Amino acid sequence: MMTMRDAGHRAPLPHSLRNKGTDMKLSIASVLTAALLVTSPVLAAGGGYLKKHDFSFDGMFGAYDQGELQRGYQIYEQVCAACHGMKHVPFRSLGAHDGPGFGDAEVKAIAANFEVADEEGEPGDTRPAKPFDYFPTPLAAGNPPDMSLLAKARSGGPLYIYSILLSYTGEEKEVGGAYLYENKAYGGYFGMAQPLYAGDVEYSDGTPETLEQYSNDLSAFLMWAAEPKLVERKQAGVWSLGFLILFATLVWFTNRKVWAKVKHPEDHA
Amino acid sequence: MGTIPQEHYEPKEGSTAKWVNDRLPIVGMMDHLAKFPTPKNLNWAYVFGGILVLFLVIQILTGITLAMHYQVGETASFASVEHIMRDVNYGWWMRYAHANGASFFFIAVYAHIFRGLYYGSYKAPREILWIIGVLIYVVMMATAFMGYVLPWGQMSFWGAKVITSLFGAIPLVGESLKMWLWGGPFVGEATLNRMFSLHYLLPFVIAGLTVLHIWALHHVGNTNPTGVEVRKQSLETVKKDTVPFAPFYVTKDLFAILIFLIAFAFFVYFAPNYLGHPDNYIEANPLATPAHIVPEWYFLPFYAVLRAITFDLFWIIPAKLGGVIAMFGAIAVLAFVPWLDTSNVRSTSYRPIYRWWFLVLVIDFFVLMWAGAMPAEGIVPLVSLLATIYWFAHFLIVLPVVGLIEKPLPRPESIEQAFKDKHADHDDDAGRGPSGTAAAQPAE
Amino acid sequence: MAHADDKHGHVADEDRRDILFLATGATAAVGVASAVWPLIDQMNASASVLALSSMEVDTSALEPGQEMKVSFLKAPVFIRRMTEEDLAAAAAEPIGSLPDSDARNPNHPGARATVKERLVSEDSDIIVLSGVCTHLGCVPLGDGAGDFNGWFCPCHGSHYDNLGRIRQGPAPENLPIPVASINGDILKLG
Repeated sequence: MMTMRDAGHRAPLPHSLRNKGTDMKLSIASVLTAALLVTSPVLAAGGGYLKKHDFSFDGMFGAYDQGELQRGYQIYEQVCAACHGMKHVPFRSLGAHDGPGFGDAEVKAIAANFEVADEEGEPGDTRPAKPFDYFPTPLAAGNPPDMSLLAKARSGGPLYIYSILLSYTGEEKEVGGAYLYENKAYGGYFGMAQPLYAGDVEYSDGTPETLEQYSNDLSAFLMWAAEPKLVERKQAGVWSLGFLILFATLVWFTNRKVWAKVKHPEDHA
Repeated sequence: MGTIPQEHYEPKEGSTAKWVNDRLPIVGMMDHLAKFPTPKNLNWAYVFGGILVLFLVIQILTGITLAMHYQVGETASFASVEHIMRDVNYGWWMRYAHANGASFFFIAVYAHIFRGLYYGSYKAPREILWIIGVLIYVVMMATAFMGYVLPWGQMSFWGAKVITSLFGAIPLVGESLKMWLWGGPFVGEATLNRMFSLHYLLPFVIAGLTVLHIWALHHVGNTNPTGVEVRKQSLETVKKDTVPFAPFYVTKDLFAILIFLIAFAFFVYFAPNYLGHPDNYIEANPLATPAHIVPEWYFLPFYAVLRAITFDLFWIIPAKLGGVIAMFGAIAVLAFVPWLDTSNVRSTSYRPIYRWWFLVLVIDFFVLMWAGAMPAEGIVPLVSLLATIYWFAHFLIVLPVVGLIEKPLPRPESIEQAFKDKHADHDDDAGRGPSGTAAAQPAE
Repeated sequence: MAHADDKHGHVADEDRRDILFLATGATAAVGVASAVWPLIDQMNASASVLALSSMEVDTSALEPGQEMKVSFLKAPVFIRRMTEEDLAAAAAEPIGSLPDSDARNPNHPGARATVKERLVSEDSDIIVLSGVCTHLGCVPLGDGAGDFNGWFCPCHGSHYDNLGRIRQGPAPENLPIPVASINGDILKLG
């Protein structure tokens, strides 16, 4: 005698049941997608506007360009270092091959340009820095942020820094004794006056001394300062992803083979 | 051991395996695990347990190696993380793997939990299995919270301060409890130091709970997408519904793990800071609060619940305390699901009414996640409140009521039959279409 | 048999399966090894430690007969500018009569403890010594201390001469010379 259950068991799966996995798959896919969407970085701080610019280190295959990093360092030393330290960046890292790539002698000379606290002297004594030292922190009014990680500590990263340098409007105002400077990338009045103008820094390699060029070079240098391992990371990523895709393909076929006898016993001995 | 008949392990006479097993039955245990009868119809929703074990191992290995270089101190902590990123061989790899590993650990745990909710994995006799799972989830959250404090960036400090301050809302003992947790009247190095100690400890608590979790699972056996149990009357019936875990689910889980690792690798190598917050690259400054204090994404739904309670509850519970109670309540309610769900059908696949409510729950989870990320302005407080109300309503009202009034769809006779139907060769002469024969299941 | 396969087809199937399993297994091994290697390599010296593995010392202020002590790799190093008398007295000593005739100089492995082999370079008058007594590791006193006008270890009474060679006392070996080279006045250790 046919019972309800028999009918259910004998009938081919109704459409609603064939799709029963869809809800789950949708849910799982949505976890990943939604996690990405809801955590997308906030708009540039205070609703500022970021410029469009491609950096040499963008994308899966991006890498730093030694020329731009060396020029960017030059700008840092001549324009920024008076107020902004880089206390987590050691001088010796300036010699990195996938970074600025300065030679040993140049690195020593650069270090010697800076004074650091002398451990063996009285408190307050300084000595010229050596390659194993870190960029010092100058005493400067207004508490300028340390630049070691600036490119990662701001929403928009190096693009934000690039945009700031190019977005001063020239308007300024005074608030309680302090001067503030209007900047479209900041989306309001910024604490630092425009630090760079075209022609301020002399490039010895013939690169045009435009503000756009300076902004690119300095932003690239600051990105390197924040993430010296970027090139190594991306290169390792290409290999790792390639390997994982290869491995996954092999396992896909292995899994099929393993299950074949169970799923289709009529096809196998 | 357990309620699923399984072949007893028989080591070869005179073998090393027998020598060891006679003294410590670990070889037998590994044999049991490898050959465990697992329903043959598990779908891809069931891979997340394996992924979770892998990610626990990844977090522990990268964590231990990071701890070889990490220092605790007001300035030393942040500087040591930079030392790891710049100077330690592969330090950047360990740090980014560990930070993104936490996120992927939570992606997997949410998928695992929602799978359990959908397929009724919490229903008898798996209530304790489920509760151990909830405990693992809670310890995971404590571990992740403390781990995020360790770099001592702005979000580390302010997140720690805001969340630990919540304990101050508890009446009578709140203030003392808060200062006891802080190690003083402020969040400082004492707080940081003890968080490092506990962050190192708790993953091993998770590992122990995971052992209990798997033990509880093996005692009663896995669920499967049909919700129809494995036929445990005899070894023969078991074999019709199951396959041994190895190699079948080793290869299947391995494939899923690799797909998950591809997504993981993409983040670690190409977007390592996407799931984080730039403010945490700024050293902690107790005198400067960030514009928006936001926890890591996996806490956002409960953060939204916390902030949703902006009014005094029942006129006597102050809003701050109400928010704390609601936040912990939203997590705790999960533990009661085995008793809140009144349906006698396990799998939502056969529950035509409940499945829509489940979909709403999933959407609600993401709405809460979105709301937690936004500043508490505009429509966000209202949306948070409505989403919070639904969260509790789903567990406290929908689950009990729908189970009682719903007419479920007919379930398959057995796992074996469901599996055959799914993989049947439909142009096969033997045919498995509707048949007029009313005979009972032929003995095979 | 469900279908009529010839023997070849069936065996080929199994071979294909074995190759697949072998390839997958090998790939897995490569994957595990490349994941484990960073966890091991991270314990090797970091870049900041390697940066301290060599050090430059300016000896221009060192007068003949003067000695300085620096810390290198967390251990004392004696740097002394020899006088003419020092060098003559040291050269006069027969090598055979020394308790340890080995130069203990990694810059000249296997050499004998002559003046030439103990100084930092042939045309230099500077000697660089590891300031760790070869008996039990104390730091000997310098500036001509001891009976042999060199160094004297106060812990158990070892006397070293002005080339740091052991002359009397329980220490078994001459004070070792660290890896070093000199360029003008700049001495490079390590």
